[in-house]
Amino acid sequence: MYYKTRGYRIFNVFNTCFLILLALMCIVPLVHVLAVSFSAKSAADANLVGLWPKQFSLEAYKKTIDNPVFLHSIWVSVKRTVIGTALTLIITFLAAYPLSKENSVFKGRNVYSWLFVFSMVFNGGLIPFYIVIQKVGLMDSFWVLVLPGAVNTFLVILMLNFFRGIPKELEEASLIDGAGHFRTLFSIFLPISLPSIATIALFSMVFHWNSWFDGLLYMNNSKQFPLATFLQTVIIQRDMSSMSVNPKEMELISQTTVRAAQIFIGAAPILMVYPFLQKYFVKGMTLGSVKE
Amino acid sequence: MRTLKKTWPFHVMLLPAMIFLIIFSFIPMLGVVMAFQDYKPWLGITGSQWVGLDNFRYLFERDDSMQVIWNTLIIAILKMVFNLLVPFIFAILLNEIRKVGVQRTIQTLVYLPHFLSWVILGGILLDLLATDGFVNQILGSLGVKPIFFLGDNNWFRFTVILTDVWKEFGYNTIIFLAALAGINPSLYEAAEVDGATRWKQTLFITMPSLIPMAVVVGTLALGNVLNAGFDQIFNLYNPLVYQKGDIIDTFVYRTAILNGEMGFGTAIGLFKSAISMVLILVSYRLAKKWAGYRIF
Repeated sequence: MYYKTRGYRIFNVFNTCFLILLALMCIVPLVHVLAVSFSAKSAADANLVGLWPKQFSLEAYKKTIDNPVFLHSIWVSVKRTVIGTALTLIITFLAAYPLSKENSVFKGRNVYSWLFVFSMVFNGGLIPFYIVIQKVGLMDSFWVLVLPGAVNTFLVILMLNFFRGIPKELEEASLIDGAGHFRTLFSIFLPISLPSIATIALFSMVFHWNSWFDGLLYMNNSKQFPLATFLQTVIIQRDMSSMSVNPKEMELISQTTVRAAQIFIGAAPILMVYPFLQKYFVKGMTLGSVKE
Repeated sequence: MRTLKKTWPFHVMLLPAMIFLIIFSFIPMLGVVMAFQDYKPWLGITGSQWVGLDNFRYLFERDDSMQVIWNTLIIAILKMVFNLLVPFIFAILLNEIRKVGVQRTIQTLVYLPHFLSWVILGGILLDLLATDGFVNQILGSLGVKPIFFLGDNNWFRFTVILTDVWKEFGYNTIIFLAALAGINPSLYEAAEVDGATRWKQTLFITMPSLIPMAVVVGTLALGNVLNAGFDQIFNLYNPLVYQKGDIIDTFVYRTAILNGEMGFGTAIGLFKSAISMVLILVSYRLAKKWAGYRIF
């Protein structure tokens, strides 16, 4: 057997080391941030922190949590993630069912799927979109964070492919027993679709938690920023004007350790959710990408 | 009418999605007429003056906009190449690791950056890649002079491409791993009997089996040739590197939203959307022809 040869064994050792190194490179930056966030200000400012905290301190987290604007932005993000994900799930679930039908069963299917595809390949661009948001009165409203992204064609495709994999007999039996399509969808399809619903929920949650540009673009008042937008302004733009002009707060936000703590808090929900849902999205992604 | 009696639940189910598509997708499409106007917010679309193709002429005459299109192409194409190549090789190497636990652990770690936003990663990278940051300290200990990765026109594109590959290679590997899992094991057994080494097996069984997948991924990526990654560039760049790092999407944001040149911004957006649409349609057709890929 080839894997017993000397050459292959040597290769195997190098290969394993190399890949482990690559894998570590993917998390080392995050570990560094975590270490900085738990270090004392002086050590962080002098760039002394590597992958382990220097002069362990919880100061940065205390200061971060003391900031009411930060806390409120977390609240906005949580609200947006929950409502946005729920909305996307309902719409995706409802739309995928008819689209998964054969053309012979649902005559209008072609027209609808053409509309979906067209919305996916062509868009008006940033400016016309911005003006529509203004005209429908969504500027500065919480709903601007939730409504425009509610329909995601990729998720619809993912869901409808899953539906196609469900044995036809199940649906037929349900229809023969006198259930309508709504009843079939919610009583038969819903329980067996939970894995793919989990996939879509994960994608949608990650999308909402990470979105920052819409907040920046459509919210004039920084008090309404979701967390990602808040972080964008204070960490990337290092813009203190969006905060109150209180010099004490300015000093507070600009600290390296506080920035690190904020970054880590921003990443934390994703770090917590994703290992558990991994098996789902791996399936979901290969399902949605290529069909035999 | 008889069919409607049977299919009305379908139409009702699609109604919510359609309402959202109409408001947030189709109505903005009508807004592209602004590309042919000297749009003034206080006059609106109905009141603004028509200028024909002036905005487009202006687009091709301005030095900065041509530079921006060029930057977009270079960054996007290089990203595509490396985002195909690296996962391809990584998947093959990962597949050689026989200990399932090690393999799983590596996978879990490499997927992670994909799920973090460019705001988070940008915040980390701004510190790590600063002239006195972690990376330059390591380079310094090897005797390399500090490199201003994010503020030097010669380094910015390199940094952008490298960090993008770093973020996405694990996630892009998933699809190749799935293809690897689908290879018939008897192929390897037969090769083994014929005395093929592992390298020969990789060359003549593994790689050819992955190529159809690589073709699909590569073809579908074609539609993104004008998407160089707004989120990433916007969070990493600064005026020092506008020359080599400004891309269409960031340029639209600055000219239209910040400078108020709405008509011009719409024209660039339309230019981009139209070319992208053609490319996406072509790439989908090719993917269907070459690999039987279909979306709906």
